[in-house]
Amino acid sequence: MGANWTANAQLAVQILPTRKKSMKVALIKYNAGNVQSVIYALERLGVEAELTDDPGKIRSADRVIFPGQGEASSAMAYLKERNLDQVIREVKQPFLGVCLGLQLLCSHSEENNTPCLGIFPQLVKRFVPSASGQEKVPHVGWNSLENLVENPLFKDLPDAKYLYYVHSYYATLGEGTLATTHYIQDFTAILHRANYWAIQAHPEKSSTLGEKLLENFLALPST
Amino acid sequence: MLTKRIIPCLDIKDGRTVKGVNFVELRDAGDPVSLAKLYSEQGADELVFLDITATVDKRKTLVDLVTQVAKEVRIPFTVGGGIASIQDVYALLAAGADKISINSAAVQNPQLIDQLAKEFGSQCVVVAIDSRCTAGVDWVHTHGGRKVTALQTKAWAKELADRGAGEILLTSMDHDGTKAGFALELTAAISGALPIPVIASGGAGSMLHFKEVFSSGKADAALAASIFHFKEIGIPELKLYLDKEGVVVRN
Repeated sequence: MGANWTANAQLAVQILPTRKKSMKVALIKYNAGNVQSVIYALERLGVEAELTDDPGKIRSADRVIFPGQGEASSAMAYLKERNLDQVIREVKQPFLGVCLGLQLLCSHSEENNTPCLGIFPQLVKRFVPSASGQEKVPHVGWNSLENLVENPLFKDLPDAKYLYYVHSYYATLGEGTLATTHYIQDFTAILHRANYWAIQAHPEKSSTLGEKLLENFLALPST
Repeated sequence: MLTKRIIPCLDIKDGRTVKGVNFVELRDAGDPVSLAKLYSEQGADELVFLDITATVDKRKTLVDLVTQVAKEVRIPFTVGGGIASIQDVYALLAAGADKISINSAAVQNPQLIDQLAKEFGSQCVVVAIDSRCTAGVDWVHTHGGRKVTALQTKAWAKELADRGAGEILLTSMDHDGTKAGFALELTAAISGALPIPVIASGGAGSMLHFKEVFSSGKADAALAASIFHFKEIGIPELKLYLDKEGVVVRN
C-alpha cells in the first residue's frame, strides 16, 4: 500500500508539466480567427491559457498574448468598444502580439486606413508585387528569420530559422525591429519595446523554432 | 527566402487514412493522428486532411479527429470534406484547423467563397479543384470526382481568385494515383496566371516529379499522399534532394 502510494506519487510528479501550472496566460479575445491553435501550442508547453476580453483578467495575468488573423479596422473597432485598446496600452507584464496582433501594435495600417495602437512607430503596408510579378500576395509559407538583434526572446534558438507566415500586410523596419524577413523587400519579422514583443509569423504553427520562441516568451522575467 | 512547401495529404474515410488510384480502389494507410504527428516531426511544411466520404455520405467532417490531430501537430493544418456553410467552418476552426478547403460547395454556390473570405479572411480559404482532361479540355469535377461540371478549370481558377480564395489546391484526376508525375502544363498555366499560391496535387511518384512541379510546373506547394503513407519517399530525403537540386525548401 505504502509502496504503491510512493510509486504513484512519483509517477504524478513525473507527469506534471515542467512549467508550473500556476502561470496565468491571458489570450485576448476579439474577433480574430485561429486562436485555438495558439491554445494548443501553449498546452504543448504545459500552460493553460484563458481566452478572455475581461480587462481585469487581462491586467492580472502573468503573460498576455494578443493573437490574430483578420482585418485591421474591424479588429480595432472591436477593441475600442470594449476599452481593450486602453488595457493593451497600460499592461505591464510581458505581452506578445502575433500576426495581426503585431500589426495592431504599430502606429497605422494601410488596411482600410486604420490608426492602430501606437506601441511601435512602424507603419503597416500592403505587399505590392515587384515589377516581375513573380511574388504572390498573400505571403504564404515558411520564410527565414534574419538580422536577429540579441534579445532574451532569442535564447538557444535552433539553427534552422524558418517561420510560417500568412499575411498580405507587413510592418516597415524601424526602432524596435528585432529581426527581419525578406519577401519582395525586408520587413519587420519581430518587434520589441519595453514589455511588448510581437511576431508577424505564426509561432504556434512554426514547428521547433516557433515553439522555442513561445517558450522563451513564457520564460521572460515578470515585471 | 520563401520556401516551396511539401504537403502530405491524409484522405480520411471512417476515421482511417486511405488512398486510392484515380479516386477509387481505396487502400488503408493507417491512423491519421499518428501519421500527422510523424509528418509534422519529419519536416512536412503543412498537412491537408480531407474527409473524402463527407460529401457523398452527407456526413460532416469528424470534428473530434480534427481536434486530436491539431493538438499533435506544430505545423499548419487544412481540413476539407463536406464543408458547405460558414457554420461548418466555425466548427472546424474551433477544433483547431488553420484553413479549410472547399470543393463541391464552391461549385454549387460560388458566393460561398466570397462569404468565407469576408468572414475568415482569404488566408483561411483554400478552394480545391478536381480537374480531368477530356478531348484536350480541362473540366472541373465535384463530389470526389464523380460529377463533371460545365466549368473549365482555368476559368474557374481565375474566378476563385477573384472571389477571394487564398490558395488553390489543384488535383489532376488524370494523374492522381498514377505515380507518373504531376500535371506540369496545367499547373504552370494556372499558377502563372493567378496572384495566389497554387498547390499541385496528383501523380507524385519520384523525387524528380517534385523538382519538376516546382520548376517547370511553377507550383508554390506540392501535395502527395500514398508515396509518403507507404514510405516510398521520406520527407527528410525529399527535402535534401530538392535542396541539392536548387529548389528552396525548409530543412
